Amino acid sequence: MLGQAPEQSQNLDILMNMGPQHPSTHGVFRMLLRVDGEVVVDAEPHIGYLHRGSEKLAEGEQYHQVVTLMDRLDYIANFNNEWAFCRAVEKLMGLEVPERAEYIRVILGELNRVASHLLFLGTFGLDAGAMTPVMFAFRGRERIQALFEAVSGARMMHNYFHIGGVKEDLPENFHALMDKLMPELRRDVEECDKLLSFNEVFVARTKGVGGIDRDTAINYGWTGPCLRACGVNYDVRKAEPYSVYQRFKFDVPVGRDGDSWERYFVRVREMYESLSIVEQAMKSMSGGPVMAVGRRLIRPTKGDVYVRAENPRGEIGVYLVSDGTDKPYRIKVRPPSFCNLSAIGRLIKDTYVADAVIILGSLDIVLGEVDR
Amino acid sequence: MSEVLLLALALLIMFTALSVVVLSLVWIERKFLGRLQRRLGPTRVGPFGLLQPVADAIKLVTKEDLVPSQSDRLIFWIAPLLVLVPSFMVWVTIPAARDLVVQNLDLGLFVIIALLVVSILGLLLAGWGSANKYGALGGLRAAAQLVSYEVPLIMVVVAVAVLAGSLDLRAVSASQVPLDTAQDVLNEINAAGGVFNHEGIPFAVLFPLGLVLFLLAGLAEVGRIPFDIYFAESEIVGGPFVEYSGAHWSVFFLAEYMNTFLIAALASLLFLGGWYGPLLPEWVWFLIKTYFMVLVIFWIRGTFPRLRIDQLMSFGWKGMIPLSFAGVVMTSVYRFYDWPWWSMSLMSVATLAVAGYWLYRQFTLPVIKLARSYGREPGRAPSAR
Repeated sequence: MLGQAPEQSQNLDILMNMGPQHPSTHGVFRMLLRVDGEVVVDAEPHIGYLHRGSEKLAEGEQYHQVVTLMDRLDYIANFNNEWAFCRAVEKLMGLEVPERAEYIRVILGELNRVASHLLFLGTFGLDAGAMTPVMFAFRGRERIQALFEAVSGARMMHNYFHIGGVKEDLPENFHALMDKLMPELRRDVEECDKLLSFNEVFVARTKGVGGIDRDTAINYGWTGPCLRACGVNYDVRKAEPYSVYQRFKFDVPVGRDGDSWERYFVRVREMYESLSIVEQAMKSMSGGPVMAVGRRLIRPTKGDVYVRAENPRGEIGVYLVSDGTDKPYRIKVRPPSFCNLSAIGRLIKDTYVADAVIILGSLDIVLGEVDR
Repeated sequence: MSEVLLLALALLIMFTALSVVVLSLVWIERKFLGRLQRRLGPTRVGPFGLLQPVADAIKLVTKEDLVPSQSDRLIFWIAPLLVLVPSFMVWVTIPAARDLVVQNLDLGLFVIIALLVVSILGLLLAGWGSANKYGALGGLRAAAQLVSYEVPLIMVVVAVAVLAGSLDLRAVSASQVPLDTAQDVLNEINAAGGVFNHEGIPFAVLFPLGLVLFLLAGLAEVGRIPFDIYFAESEIVGGPFVEYSGAHWSVFFLAEYMNTFLIAALASLLFLGGWYGPLLPEWVWFLIKTYFMVLVIFWIRGTFPRLRIDQLMSFGWKGMIPLSFAGVVMTSVYRFYDWPWWSMSLMSVATLAVAGYWLYRQFTLPVIKLARSYGREPGRAPSAR
């Protein structure tokens, strides 16, 4: 066991705390590593340092107020979280969302996916010791954040998707902003891609590191890019299409070996697909209302509903129970990061300390979502 | 007595000059990396951010200097000095121009190598004395890395010494330029009973293998990306330096920049003809060549990820060390049989090509295949659909 005092152990392994304030744990995550020189003999993850009881808090808020809580789960893919929750309530109420609102949601959601993957790309490079990609990636992300600020008034905690649509219509100059943004963004993504994807040192560091086979990944409940890297073609947008995704042509990038590099590269290719979806949506977007319900107080009928959505990190599931009042009776979020993270002990065992950082980085976890 | 005073003055001047050099390196690194990474670099503090290093220095000096309670205090205090003093002492014998040197030594290269090794002890003690597991791990990594890369560095220097027929840095530089330029050094060395082996060609041309090996081993000695595993901040959060703060940390920092400059200066002295050059004053040429090498080092830092320790070790022991021994054999054969100069270049380039091809097969080709299997070319963005 890991918790034992070193004296009781037969060899001279060192017990090392990686985190909660270690720079590469991507938040307040703690890993207890038993290392033999540079080799990790045993690893035990500890979570809960960011636990805020979001699901419990939600029971005391009105439906539209819960959106702000969802914003704070996966704090680098806010729109996607809001979206999943809003869809759950809409499904419970049988609300039809106006077409324009759906397009706006798709555009913002996909841009948020790009922003999230860019952040991943930069920090993953940083985990591997490359400083430049993080600067490149943040520049691209910054452009997206600026657009989000123009749309919603907030850089991160947007609270823009409302139940039945979006809070308000897009700003007047949205098309002009997008015309300027899209080529720049594509260039940013390409630059990061060119810099890192097929860099010899980077491939040597990540290829074959932290591999997992598809059955094990499925058994752990992996979803999103991490699962697709193992060769499983599962994307909620295709498997169980929601919103207006059926109208767009896009591929689901699938990897082969399920190692850290595949997880990275699936995300890189996904960014191009997302950009293409955004371009298609911008072309076919029409006018009209952006909100289905005018009233502020939302009171769904009694019942429960489960909704899944494709977040940048994988499948987010929202289980919502309503007792007919204006506040949710119970909310349970199935966060992708939590399931992806659950395999970390197995993945890290018998690798190097440096690999542990790479493997953890390649899972692209957000602790706000893991701890909730 | 006056000689002692003169020496003290020279050392003081040298220390001042080195401080200025370190400040300039900090500034250049920020600006240059800013360019590479398309960000502003320091542009706010002073004109062109020139006051940024000064601001950094003030910040570091005024920062609280923490000593961990479990640490071995004596070792904790001495370790930074053990790193700094050798990197400072090395400069005593490095000529910035023909006569611009504190004390030129006949065994200059030997002294430099001997002093460089001491810093390993400092790093190891720093890591161990901090009573921190990351520190200990970093210290051990430092020992492993630096000892491994010390070997190819020394062997390349030996090869250069064989080429130049001298361990005197002035002789090494002078042997790389046309005879009329280096006549005075030639006379001086011959008068002192030394042997002057004049090649007249920069060793970068004569022995490119050496330059490549020297630069790589030098990077590893300085601990810069891609060889920065011993303080890898994303893995072991600074390694030996993790418990150091403020002024103590800045001493390590100072040593690192001094060593960077040292490696660049040695590369320019050993391979690029040192301070020799047309028109401009000698010391200007020395600085131009050295700063050029510094920029190369920073450039590598801006583009590469970090290697893992086992990859680094296998690269060092399986790649660098055999090649450096081959270099020694090559130069010895060339000198012993007195072959024409181009044969040396040819041998060197051929070895470099073979090694390069091996590296290509080992690392680049799999990456290219990987890229092709996804319908891509390395270093290119995918074509738009």
